[in-house]
Amino acid sequence: MTTGVEMSRVAESYFSLAPLVAVLISLIAAGFILLSRRRPNLRETWTIVAALCKFTVVSSMVPTVLSGRYPEVTLLEMTPGISLALKADPLGLSFALSASLLWIFTSFYSIGYMRALGEHHQTRYFASFAICLSATMGIAFAANLLTFLIFYEVLTIATYPLVIHNESAAAISAGRKYLAFLLTAGGALLLAVGLTQAIAGSLSFSAGGFLSPSIGQTKLLALFVLFLIGVGAKAGLMPLHSWLPSAMIAPTPVSALLHAVAVVKAGVFGFARVVGFVFGPDSVTQIGATTLVVAVAGGTIILASLLAMAQDNLKRRLAYSTVGHLAYIILGTALASPAGWLGGLFHITTHAAMKITLFFCAGAIYVKTGRENISELDGIGKQMPLTMAAFAVASLGLAGLPPVGGFISKWFLVQGAVESGQLMLLAALLPSGLLNAGYLFPILIRAFFKSSKDFTNFAEAPPLMVMALLSTATFALLLGIYPDGIFYFYSLSSEAVASVLKGVAP
Amino acid sequence: MSALITDYTYITTAALLVLGLYGMIGKRNLLKKVIGMNIFQTAIFLFFIQKATKPGATVPVWDAQISTQAAGYINPLPHVLILTAIVVSVATTGVALALLITIYRRYRSLEEEIILERMRQAL
Amino acid sequence: MSHLPVLIPITLLFSAFLIPLAGYLRRDFAFAIALIGGCLSAVFSALGLLVVISEGELRYDLGGWAPPIGIEYVLDVLSAFMATVVTLVGSLVLLYSRRSILQEAPERVVPMYALAMLLLAGLSGIIVTADLFNLFVFLEIASLSAYALMAVGDERGPVAAFRYLILGSIAGSFYVLGVGFLYFSTGSLNMADVAQRLPDLYQSRAVVAAVTLIFIALGLKMALFPLHLWLPDVYSYAPSAIAGLIAPIMTKVAAYAIIRMLLTVFQPPYLRDVLPVTSVIAWLAAAGIVYGSIMAIAQSDFRRMLAYSSISQIGYIGLGIGLANPLGLTGALLHILNHAFMKACLFLVAGCIRFRTGQWEVSQFAGLGRKMPWTMAAFTASALSMVGIPPAAGFFSKWYLLLGGIDAGNWIFVATILFSSLLTAVYFFRVLEQVYAAQTKDGSAYKNVSDPPAGMLLPTVVLGAGVLLLGVTNSLIVSGVLRLIVAPLQ
Repeated sequence: MTTGVEMSRVAESYFSLAPLVAVLISLIAAGFILLSRRRPNLRETWTIVAALCKFTVVSSMVPTVLSGRYPEVTLLEMTPGISLALKADPLGLSFALSASLLWIFTSFYSIGYMRALGEHHQTRYFASFAICLSATMGIAFAANLLTFLIFYEVLTIATYPLVIHNESAAAISAGRKYLAFLLTAGGALLLAVGLTQAIAGSLSFSAGGFLSPSIGQTKLLALFVLFLIGVGAKAGLMPLHSWLPSAMIAPTPVSALLHAVAVVKAGVFGFARVVGFVFGPDSVTQIGATTLVVAVAGGTIILASLLAMAQDNLKRRLAYSTVGHLAYIILGTALASPAGWLGGLFHITTHAAMKITLFFCAGAIYVKTGRENISELDGIGKQMPLTMAAFAVASLGLAGLPPVGGFISKWFLVQGAVESGQLMLLAALLPSGLLNAGYLFPILIRAFFKSSKDFTNFAEAPPLMVMALLSTATFALLLGIYPDGIFYFYSLSSEAVASVLKGVAP
Repeated sequence: MSALITDYTYITTAALLVLGLYGMIGKRNLLKKVIGMNIFQTAIFLFFIQKATKPGATVPVWDAQISTQAAGYINPLPHVLILTAIVVSVATTGVALALLITIYRRYRSLEEEIILERMRQAL
Repeated sequence: MSHLPVLIPITLLFSAFLIPLAGYLRRDFAFAIALIGGCLSAVFSALGLLVVISEGELRYDLGGWAPPIGIEYVLDVLSAFMATVVTLVGSLVLLYSRRSILQEAPERVVPMYALAMLLLAGLSGIIVTADLFNLFVFLEIASLSAYALMAVGDERGPVAAFRYLILGSIAGSFYVLGVGFLYFSTGSLNMADVAQRLPDLYQSRAVVAAVTLIFIALGLKMALFPLHLWLPDVYSYAPSAIAGLIAPIMTKVAAYAIIRMLLTVFQPPYLRDVLPVTSVIAWLAAAGIVYGSIMAIAQSDFRRMLAYSSISQIGYIGLGIGLANPLGLTGALLHILNHAFMKACLFLVAGCIRFRTGQWEVSQFAGLGRKMPWTMAAFTASALSMVGIPPAAGFFSKWYLLLGGIDAGNWIFVATILFSSLLTAVYFFRVLEQVYAAQTKDGSAYKNVSDPPAGMLLPTVVLGAGVLLLGVTNSLIVSGVLRLIVAPLQ
C-alpha cells in the first residue's frame, strides 16, 4: 500500500452556513430536550432527530470539501480582530464526520441503556450529551485558536454533569479529578493561545503552520509544551491521564462518548491542529519537539498497555487501552511524515469505531448481568454471543490485525516511523500490538472457552443496544476492508495530510 | 528648633491627626473611636484653615482700600470647602452615634471585647 | 443634551427626597418611585454614552459658574460607561428588592428606598463630577447611606456597619487631606486644570503626599488588599437586597475613581514612570486575587464566600489598572462591567435562596437545583463566568488581563490570573456539586421550595443571561467603548 498522498491543489473557501448548522443542531436539540422533560418518548425523539440531521449536514459537506472547496462561516467578532469562525477543512470534517456518525449509534444505545437501568436525571443526561456534541462540532470546525479554545472549554464543562451522573461520592470525587485536570489544562491552553496572540498577532489556523521559526527555538518550544499540556490532558497523555480511568464511574454510554466520540478525541484532534496548523510539522521537528513527543507518547503506549493488563474492571482496562491508543495518534501526527500523519488521522476514526464497540459491549454485559469485572465473565460468550462477537472484532482491530480498520492505521504509523527515521519508535509500536492482544484476548478466551454455571441460556441486552454495538463493529470492520467506501474517511484523512505537509493554502 | 516656633500650628495639627488616628484604631471602646474620628477630622479642618491664611491679609470681604489685590485677602475657598466638610463630619458623627445606640440596645455595652463575646454567644 | 451629566445624579437625588414624602402616603409608592428614578437615570446614562461616543464629551457647569472656579460635571466615555453600568445594575437590583425587603425589614421599607436612592445618587455623582472636592462630597453621601443601609440587616449588621464607618471615615479624611495637598500645590480643584499644572510639580513632596493619601483612601474604598478588612462582614450581614445593591457597584465606583486619578488627574507617565504607584497597585492586587480566592474556599456561608470572592475579583480590576497598559486596562474596565453583572446575579441568587429556604449555608443547598431550576440556572451561568469559562463574560476580561500581563512581560501576574481561575473553580464547583448532585439527607426538607416570585426571579435571570450576552458581545463593547477610554495609555 502507498500513502496516496500525492495530490496537491489550491484549496479555496466559500461561504456556507453548514458548519454553523452542524454546531447548532444539537444545541437547539438540547433546548427541546430540556423543555420536553416530562415526556420521555418525545425527549428521545429530539435526540435521534438531532443526531440524524447532524450527520446529514456534516456528510453533505464531504463532496465539496474533497473537491477542494471548504465551507466557511464567520460569525460575530469575539475580541477585536478575532472572530468566531467555523471552517470545514478535511481534517476537521473527518473528525466531525466520525463524531456525528457515532453519535447516532450512541443515542440509540443510550436510550436502551438508560431505560434498561431506569437511570435518574435522564433529561440532564441527554441535554448534556447534545451540548457535548455541539462543542465537538465547534472544535472540529474551529477556524482559529480562540474559537477552538471556547468550544474546548465548553466541552469540558458540558461533560462534567455526565461524569458525575451517578451522584455517588465516588462519582463526585471523579468529577473533581476530572475538573482539576481539565481546567488546569484549559489554563495552560489559554496561556498558550494568549502567547500565540502576543507573538504572532494572529490566531487563524493555516495549513502548514503560521508561527515562523524566526521567533526563536526556546520560545517556540516553551509554547509547544504549553499546548501539549493543554490538549494532552484531554488526550490522556501520561502523566496527565489519571482522570480518565476515574471517570469510568460514569454510565457506559458516557464512557463511550468520552473515549470514542468526543472528549479524548478532541484532545488528539487539537494536537493535530496545533502541530499541523499552528506550528507546522517541519517546525515542530526543527525546534526539537518531536523527540519530546516521541518520548512521552512512546512511554505512554507501553506503560498504558501494561497498566491495562493489571485491571480487572473491564471499563478501567478499556480506559487504559484508550490512553495507549491516543498516544499512537499523537505520535503519528508529531512525525513530519505523510504516512505517520495519515496513520494518526485515520486512527482517530478507526480507534473510535473499535473502542466504542468495546464500551458498548461492556455496557451491554453490565445491563444484562450487572457484572463489571473481567474475572466474573467466564463463559459469557454462551449467553451473549452477538455482543461477544462484536467484542472480538473490535479486539482484533485494536491489536492491529487485518481485516479490521486498526490494521490500516497501524500500518501507516509504522511506515511513518520508518520514513521519519525514528527507528526507536518501532520498539514501542511493534510490541504494543502484542500488548494489546495481551490485555484483550484473555477476555475473549474467558468468554468463549471457559464455562460457568451462570451463563447457559441465550440472553442478550435490549435490542436497541445490541443493534448499536453490532453496527459499530460492522463499521470498524468495513473501515478495514473498504477504507474509502465508508463516507470517504480515508480520502478525507489523506486530503488533510496533503494540505498540512504540502502547505496547500486554503 | 526654629520650625517649632514658625510652624507650631502645623505641628499641633499633625499631633491632633496622630491622636485622632490612634483613637480610631487603638481604642477599644466604640464611643472613643467616634471621639477619635472627630479629633482626626478637626485636625484636617485646621490644616485647611491654616493653609488659607496669609500674613497681613484680611477676611475676604470687599474692601475698597484693598480693591482687587488678591494678596490682601485670605483665600476663601478652603473655608468654603471646610464648611462642607464640617457638615459631612457632623452627618457621619450622627450616623455613628445612631449605630452606637442600636449596638448598645442589642449588646448592652460599647466595649468591643464584650460585644464580640456576646455576638459569639448569640450564635 | 448638554444637561445629561447633571441629570443622572439629580434624578436619583430627587427620587431620594420624593420617597419619604410619597412613602408617607403609601408604602408601595417608595418602591415605584425608586424604580422609576433608577430606570430614568439608566436611560440618561445610556443616552449619554451614545451621545458621548458619537459627539465627544459633554461638559456642564454647575450653577453656571465656569470652571476652574465653578464645579464642572463631565460626561466622557469613561464616566458615561461607568454611569451606565451602575444605574443599569442598580435598577435591576431595585426591581428585585421589593419582596426581599418586605420580608426582611417590613417596617423600614420607605427609609431603605430613600437611602438606596441616595446611595445611587452619591455613586453616580462620583462618576460624573470633574471636581476633586465634589468627589469627596459624593463619596461621603454614598458612604453615609451605605452605613445606614447595612446596619438594618442581620443581628451583627450594626457592628459591621460601625467598623466600616470608622474605616470609611479614615478613607474619607485621607482623601480630603490628599486633595488639600493637591489644592495648595496647584491652586485648583478642577481635575483637568490640576492635570495641566501638575507636570511642573512632579518632584514636589506635597504632591507625592497627595498621591499617597488619595490612593490609600480610594484603595480602602475599593477594598484593595490589604485594605479589604471591612468588606466580608459588611457583605455578609447586610439585608440581601442591599448586599445585592452594594456588592456589585460600590467597590467598582472606587475603582473608577482610581482609574480617573490615573487617566485624568495625575496622568499615567507620573504614576507609572515617576512614582511606582501602578506597580504597587498591581502587586497588591495580585496578592489580593490569591488571598481572596483562598479565603473564599475556606467559607461555608454562601454570602461570606461571595464576599471573599469579591476581594479576589476586585484584585483582577486592580491588576488591570496596575498594569497600566491598554490591554490590561481594557481587561479591568471590562471586568468592572462583567463582575458587576456576575456579582449582582450571585447576590440576588443568595437572596432568592434565603427568601425561600432561610438558609445561607452551602451545605444546606442540596437538591435546590431541582427545586429552583431558574434561579440555579442563573447561578450556574454566573459561576461559570466567574471561573472564566467561555463564552461567558468572565472569560473575556480574563483574556484581556492575560494579554495585558503578557504584554507587560510579567509572568507572575500571568500565573496569578490562571491560578486564581482554578481556585475560583474550587469554590464554585463545590456549590454546584451541592446544588445539583448532592443527595438531600432529608428529602422532605425542601418540599415546598420553588423559584421565587417573578419580581425577584426576573432580574436574577436577566443578569444571568446578561453574563452570557456580555461575553458574546464583548468585542462590541471593547472596540466601541473601551478602546476610546484606554487610548491615552498608548
